[in-house]
Amino acid sequence: MRKPPKGTAQLLLLACSFALAGYAGVRLLGDDWLGVTLWFVGAALLHDLVLLPLYAVADRGVVRVFGAAGHRERTMYVRVPAALSALLLLVWFPLIGGQVDRRYGMATGLPADGFLGRWLLITAVLFAGSALLFLLRLRLRLRRATKDRPPVAH
Amino acid sequence: MRDHSPRLPTSPGFWRSPLRGPWFTSVLGLVLLVGITVLFVTGLLSYAAYNPGLSPVNDKTPDKGILGFYLFAWPTGPYWLYRLTQGVHVTLGVTLIPVLLAKLWSVVPKLFALPPARSLTHALERISLLLLVGGALFEFVTGVLNVQLDYLFPGSFYPLHFYGAWVFFAAFVTHAVLKTPAAVRNVRRMRQGQEAADGGELVPPRPDPATVTRRGALWFVGGGSLLLFGTTAGRSFDGPLRRTALLAPHGGADPGSGPNGFQINKTAAYAGIDDAETGEDAWRLVVTGRTGTVRLSRAELLHLPLHSAALPIACVEGWSTSDQWWRGVRLRDLAALVGHDDDPPDVLVESLQRHGSFRRAALRANQVADPRSLLALQVNGEDLSPDHGYPARIVVPAAPGVLNTKWVARMTFGDL
Repeated sequence: MRKPPKGTAQLLLLACSFALAGYAGVRLLGDDWLGVTLWFVGAALLHDLVLLPLYAVADRGVVRVFGAAGHRERTMYVRVPAALSALLLLVWFPLIGGQVDRRYGMATGLPADGFLGRWLLITAVLFAGSALLFLLRLRLRLRRATKDRPPVAH
Repeated sequence: MRDHSPRLPTSPGFWRSPLRGPWFTSVLGLVLLVGITVLFVTGLLSYAAYNPGLSPVNDKTPDKGILGFYLFAWPTGPYWLYRLTQGVHVTLGVTLIPVLLAKLWSVVPKLFALPPARSLTHALERISLLLLVGGALFEFVTGVLNVQLDYLFPGSFYPLHFYGAWVFFAAFVTHAVLKTPAAVRNVRRMRQGQEAADGGELVPPRPDPATVTRRGALWFVGGGSLLLFGTTAGRSFDGPLRRTALLAPHGGADPGSGPNGFQINKTAAYAGIDDAETGEDAWRLVVTGRTGTVRLSRAELLHLPLHSAALPIACVEGWSTSDQWWRGVRLRDLAALVGHDDDPPDVLVESLQRHGSFRRAALRANQVADPRSLLALQVNGEDLSPDHGYPARIVVPAAPGVLNTKWVARMTFGDL
């Protein structure tokens, strides 16, 4: 363990930080203090108490399924493409989910309906790539195993 | 702490991932230290680029007080300055999302650690962490929603993102001061094959067997960043590169073909521009200055000396176009028409737009004076299209897109 930090310096630093945060905070809360507070605190709560447990439980489920089949080490082949696809959805859900179709199309003159299709295609490519890698590695391992086996005596 | 009920997240035994530990957290923390510092600085630069001190019409956070202490007159060169700073701001922000998520994941057991506060300092530090985590998520979420035109957040984007950044940054600096030395020490020691010196409380007492190495997990996070970067960065370029931005707004194909085919921020239809107002008979540019007011038709403007400039459009949303070849009348020539011959002053530009927060925008004297600053009438060899601001629009080197007013109706030269 670290020895307790210089308490006074840390207290002063925190006080300074709170003062600045307060100065900006009263301006941030501005006209809609309730809404902004909800968003600010809600973002932290939603992440820590909903999003993180959700993906952790989903991940544990995948690990368990592979574990039950005796192939725990293969988890990554599902985890990586699934997580990357979920990440893209998390970041671009307004466009992928079509939430802003009308505004996006009107404002930019660009088609707003391609995002879902492109996301699904990327997801397909990610899983296909993972499957391909898995098969390649499997073949490599099998070949190595055959080579290492002593020649069969007839 | 003893651990009798590992079914509760408050007990260390509840957390099983063998990845958690000082090394993983330290590496991610150091990446964020650098990344978020760049985000903060480019964000502040973006605010400065609006020239908020010049005129109230440019300032969406007029009650900023000392938070605007650093403001300066935004330069006109290099002409790609805003394209670079804002492209970095948004693209880097999107790229850092997996790192932020992984960092938060790596320290989540601490959220539930008991007792909630060991001392006054510890209690204050935890409150500061709420500002840190809430602030980080608030900034990333408002930014990501805004670039997708999904205005769900409670209020106008500018004050929320600007003041939110300062609240976040106050907590971020504190956290960095308190934790960076330990993080650097940890990474250095682990590199030399030693155990970490700090942060042992993150190591799970009863870890599950590993499904991936720590190094593999870092590659995984980096892969997420790379994927987001690869599907976003292309929106800062025209042509084939833009097509690589598969999921980002203003990625993919251009809205049209030909000279006017490049990216549009707001179409004429969206801005409520009526063809009847922009026709040859109806439209007159009203220029006011020291010697009075001049009204010019488009044909008259075309008879003034025309100049060219190759300049990009760079949006606060992080996308930009490559250089377009604009042709029109120099702003300083228009200033000279109304009596500002040698010392071009500031100018207030007003659009035909009925709504939109930047239908009126102010440009500073240095921007007016730059020979590349034009009231453009043509682009890439053709008349402007309605969506790009026909009959006339402003283009100023290094300025944010919103200051390149389209459908210009009135220009008032003089000190603002």
